[in-house]
Formats: sequence, C-alpha cells, structure tokens
Amino acid sequence: MFDFLQGYDVLGAFWTTIQLTVWSAIGSLVWGTVLAAMRVSPVPVMRGFGTGYVNVVRNIPLTVIIVFTSLGLFQTLGVSLGADTFDVINFRLAVLGLIAYTSAFVCEALRSGINTVPLGQVEAARALGLSFIQVLTLVVLPQAFRSVVGPLANVLIALTKNTTVAAAIGVPEAALLMREMIENEAQLILISAVFAAGFIVLTLPTGLFLGRVGKKVAVKR
Amino acid sequence: MSSVLYDIPGPRAKRRNILYTLGFLVVLGALAWWVLLGLADKGQLEWSKWAPFVTDSRVWTTYLLPGLENTLIAAALSLVIALPLGAVLGIARLSDHSWVRGAAGTVVEFFRAIPVLILMLFANAAYAAFSDISPDNRPLYAVVTGLVLYNSSVLAEIVRAGILALPLGQSDAARAIGMRKGQTMRYVLLPQAVTAMLPAIVSQMVVIVKDTALGGAMLGFSELLASVRPMSANYGANTIAGFTVVAVIFIVLNFALTSFAARLESRLRQGRKSTGAVVAADAVEELATPGEHVGRKPEPPERS
Repeated sequence: MFDFLQGYDVLGAFWTTIQLTVWSAIGSLVWGTVLAAMRVSPVPVMRGFGTGYVNVVRNIPLTVIIVFTSLGLFQTLGVSLGADTFDVINFRLAVLGLIAYTSAFVCEALRSGINTVPLGQVEAARALGLSFIQVLTLVVLPQAFRSVVGPLANVLIALTKNTTVAAAIGVPEAALLMREMIENEAQLILISAVFAAGFIVLTLPTGLFLGRVGKKVAVKR
Repeated sequence: MSSVLYDIPGPRAKRRNILYTLGFLVVLGALAWWVLLGLADKGQLEWSKWAPFVTDSRVWTTYLLPGLENTLIAAALSLVIALPLGAVLGIARLSDHSWVRGAAGTVVEFFRAIPVLILMLFANAAYAAFSDISPDNRPLYAVVTGLVLYNSSVLAEIVRAGILALPLGQSDAARAIGMRKGQTMRYVLLPQAVTAMLPAIVSQMVVIVKDTALGGAMLGFSELLASVRPMSANYGANTIAGFTVVAVIFIVLNFALTSFAARLESRLRQGRKSTGAVVAADAVEELATPGEHVGRKPEPPERS
C-alpha cells in the first residue's frame, strides 16, 4: 500500500524542513530580541526603526520576501551568502527570508512580555543605578522571556508551517517533494495524508511540550 | 520620554543618546549606501526601469491591477465561504454533546496543524483528478479551497473565543427568561459575539491576503506577486522595481486593514453600550496555532 514512497526521500525532505525551522528560529530569536530592545530604547531613531521594521515586515506576505531573496537578492544583485551550489544558496536565502519575517513576530511577543514585568522591578533596578542596558539584560528580559515561552512557541509553530514557503524558491523541503510526488504518483490521498501526518508530528508535540514548559517557568505573580 | 525603563536623560545621557543616534544612522546609512551601490552596479536604478510605473499605464492595466484584482477576489471569496463554516465549527465546539464537540475539535486541530500550502497543493491535485474544472480556473479554486479549509478552523476559534468572552450573566439571563439553548445562541450570544470578534476577523483578513501570494508562487495563480515576472520580462528586467511596487501595494493594503482592526478594537473596549467583551486583533496568531488558547476569564468577585 505504501510502495509509492519508494524512490522518494520523504524523511530527507522533512529533515530539510526541520533544519530550516531550527536555523530560522535561532536567527529570528536573536534579531527579534535586538528589535525589541530597540523598540523600548531611549534613542528615538532606534525606536522608530524598530517600529517601522515590524509594521512593514508584518504586512508583507512571506512569499514575497522569500521569492525576493531569490529573484532580487541572488539573481539580480548576486548575493549568494558565501555558498556556491544552488541548493545551499537557496537554503541560506530561505533562512534569511524566514528570519527577516519571523523576527517581527518574535519582537512583538517579547515586547508584550516586557510589559508584564511589574513597574517595581524596573524602578528598583534604576534606583540601584543600573544603566538602560543593565536594566534590560539583567532584570527585564530574563523575566520577560520566562513569561513569553507560550507566545514564542506559537511563533515557532507558525515558523514550522511557514518553512513550506521555501518551496517557492526550490528548497527541497516537504512541500516541494509533495508537489513532485503528486505529479508523478497516483495515490493523491495517501501522499497528502503522509505529509499532513508529518507536519502534525512536527507541530502538535512542540505546542504541547512548550505550552507545559511555559506554564512551569512563568514567573508566578 | 515617559518610559519606565530609563531615567529622564540628564546632560550626559543626552550627549550619549546623540552619539548613539549618530552611530545608528551611520550604520543604517552605510547599509543603504551598500544596497544602492549594488543596485546601481546591476543597472537596477536606471530611470528606464522605474519610469514605466509612472509613465506607462499599461504596466498597471495589463499586469498589476488584474493581479491585485485576483488577490482581492481570492481573499474575499475565502473569507465569505470560511465565515459560515467557521461559525458552525466554533458553535459545534461549544456543544453540550461530547461527540459533536470532539468531532469539531479534531477538525479544527487538524487544519491548524498543517501548512496552508499543503492544503492548496492537495486541493489543486484533487480538482485536477476528480473534477472537470478547467485548468484556467483551477488555481483560483485550489487557492480558495486551501484558504477556506485553514481559515474556517481559525475563524471557528475566533467565534468560540468571542462567545466565551461574553459575561456568564448573558446566558444566565437568557436561561432565566426561559430561552432554549438554540435561542440563547441565536438571539443573545451570537449577535454580541459577532461584534466582539470583528477586530480579530479584520486582522485575519490580513493573513488571508498574505496567503494568496502562495498560490501565485506555487500553483500558477495569476495574483499580484505572480504579475512581477511577466511584467519585468516586458519592461527590461526591472525585477527590483517590480518587487518594490508590489511590496508597497501589499503593505498599504494590509496596513489599512491592521489599523482598521486596531480602531475597531479600541472602540469596542471603550464602548458603553456593549459588555466590553472583545477578541483582540493580535489574538489571531495564537488562535491560528494548534492547542487550547481560548478560555473564560475568571469573573470579577461579586459585589454585595
């Protein structure tokens, strides 16, 4: 019944999906944190940049960003991110696009987390004479991160689903393989079921696990 | 300058902030300069590549406007079809019968756990294999079907969140005057829930508009993003200019929707005539991921 799977590397395709997810998650966590710090900083230009970035990026379709990294950055401007084979270039471009997009959502999640930190914490930190960077990195962000594990898990799940967009620039991940298999094989329902199951396996446990972690680490107030 | 995160800047902090501002502007400027140099190097800044958007109306009438029209048609169709389906699913999840609740819950969890692109690819192939929809129309059908399957699940959660956001007293009062379950839902809960969830629905429109671009990239649906390629082929490979214009159209459209959702939300929160119940515009990201995110807020303690 499942002999249509022969000749296709389904696990390999999902491995690419996982790699896309992990690299983009790391990148967007870093860039999103920097953006969130900018949005609450005392320097008006940085605040403006952070706000502008989030408002622009959140309102562009991810597909436009990903296709632009290939058609615009690579094919027109020759940006290849230090790789020389098409597969690696496309993979890195896709990760770049996913980071640019997802970090806007990470930034918003973190900012809402910063708002949950009680005033007294910040006032105490300032009374001790800590600088803005110290207030942020020693007092505010550690508490903010603990309260946004749940929202960040939602961003991570959305990111996992969004990696399928990388198929638009030919990254050999799950959705691209699914399209190829649908074109060549007859078992449409079974093929779709396999890929649907793959994504359920990736997304549901993440949500359950991180949801539980989030409840555990959240600061009890 | 009224943030609690830092003190009101004194003379030294002011000087430091000016330094940071200058440093940041230098970095941004260097980045912009590098991009512009790269663009100029590849000839993408030539006026001939940008001029058509201003001087040649055919760019708009032949490529961009029909693309935008298809984007809007697909988004509007998806919302119109997904709304009633979502309402049915959402109400079914609140049913008193556990098998109805369970079935609706499974459907909602299933479609929220799967990428919308997978649903679109499936719909496209299914229409090709099992129906006689012409290949010209098939991408539109596939995009709308994928979006409806996904968004009816998200809208179901929005509807459920809207109903649960209403104060318990509403259904208590309905029961007290002898309304049946169906009547309570139709005459008391739903009308108020529809108002409460308007911000979230408008916010979900943004997601729908953005997702139509997937059909352009993967299924050959001729929407706004897909119009860049044929246009740049006819206007001297002005890819960068084309992408910029398309991105700006998307940003303006979605920014208008986002601002509208925010205004609706603040009006509802301040409203005196309603219960103040609202499903926040930014709750849709949470409601779109699998897992339980909807709950009744604890009632405020009774005053005696």
